[in-house]
Amino acid sequence: MKPPPFAYHAPSSLNEALQLLGRLENARVLAGGQSLMPMLNMRFAQPDHVVDINGITDLAYIRREGMMLEIGALTRQRDIEFSPLIAEACPLLREAILQVGHRQTRNRGTLGGSLCHLDPAAEMAAVAAIYGAELVIAGPQGQRTAAFAEFALDYMTTCLAPEEMLVAVRYPLWPAESGYCFIEYARRHGDFAIVSAGVLLRADASGRISQASLALGGVGAVPLKLDAIAAELIGKAGSPAVFATMAEACGDIDAMEDALITATYRRQLAKTLLRRALETAYARATGQPLPRHAQHRAA
Amino acid sequence: MSETRSISLTVNGRAVAADVEVRLTLADFLRQNLRLTGTHLGCEHGVCGACTILLDGRSARSCLMLAVQANGHAITTVEGLAPNAEQMHPLQIAFQEQHALQCGFCTPGMLTTLTELLRDNPDPSAAQVREAISGNLCRCTGYNSIVDATLQAAKKLREGVPG
Repeated sequence: MKPPPFAYHAPSSLNEALQLLGRLENARVLAGGQSLMPMLNMRFAQPDHVVDINGITDLAYIRREGMMLEIGALTRQRDIEFSPLIAEACPLLREAILQVGHRQTRNRGTLGGSLCHLDPAAEMAAVAAIYGAELVIAGPQGQRTAAFAEFALDYMTTCLAPEEMLVAVRYPLWPAESGYCFIEYARRHGDFAIVSAGVLLRADASGRISQASLALGGVGAVPLKLDAIAAELIGKAGSPAVFATMAEACGDIDAMEDALITATYRRQLAKTLLRRALETAYARATGQPLPRHAQHRAA
Repeated sequence: MSETRSISLTVNGRAVAADVEVRLTLADFLRQNLRLTGTHLGCEHGVCGACTILLDGRSARSCLMLAVQANGHAITTVEGLAPNAEQMHPLQIAFQEQHALQCGFCTPGMLTTLTELLRDNPDPSAAQVREAISGNLCRCTGYNSIVDATLQAAKKLREGVPG
């Protein structure tokens, strides 16, 4: 028997789940299980209670209202991957989700689970940072919302109180002609990204950048928004030289170091990945051919 | 001893009912309780892919599910792929013919994963096969012969030839 003993609860409604979370000490929410189950198997997590929310099926949905996309927290990563609505309205999210684990893990893994686990390398967290997503949180007093920047407090730590649950994520959409790119470097396809880079940008008719949002994943405890670089880009006509200069600014970011990967290597990857992501996003925003490093991607 | 629950599910087309400890993983339930030891356990944290099964037709890591979560669902393991005791699945025949296994440890996960792939995409490219098995580690055969076997099986399945 691998996981430590716990009491198991399978609520069938959000209210029931919230009552359990409010009443039980040391309880963990089990969604898709692609992070919590390994932690239980390795006994990194030792909850007294596991609250399995897979029966609360009305927390799984994808809907659009005007320029706002709302995705229920229990939506499987697979359903995001295959959603025509997301492919059209939120292509950055689709490009990122293809790099989340493998088909076998995306079939079970959920959007909310990934955000609440908040691994520094999580693609879903980086995309939420780039969009400035709003998180809908349910608790005993009703619902509240938090901007992603307030939600992601620190290394694998969210602003959720023990009696609260993430129920939905809202993405303010960008116009359809916006350019986007999400790329990462990992030791194998689907493995944890050592560094990832995501870009959304818009250009006017003359090719000058009018809006940009950029973030790096995997370098810090939480996704690193590059707002200063994004501000620098405004008004500039995109070119390989401009993007190389901008990406060079990643050379002094505060990057994590672990037993396998040095901070220097992460900074080097950040520069290269950000430059490539900017080039690809700009080509998509302006209808130009994709750069050579991105030609395997869909235009 | 933690709490137990009664579960009923379908495994390889057969109805199964059992009382299980809630902390028992689906992989251990299949192997230890049902003696379906074709599902292999390598890493037990979702990385190696050897324990991949089909849950209602979708591939999933059986080490990353609790047995209680399979209640009411249909599970297919590698033992359930062959149509009958005399005949193997076209993928299994192709694996044999193309030497797509040596030690066979990763093979159950490869076969279940590729069964899902060929059902959803009957004519995959070699690159699509490689991506499909990117979550399955093989440490002896190498992946080329596995890709070759998959493409052979896909062709046979498209032609309606059993194997």
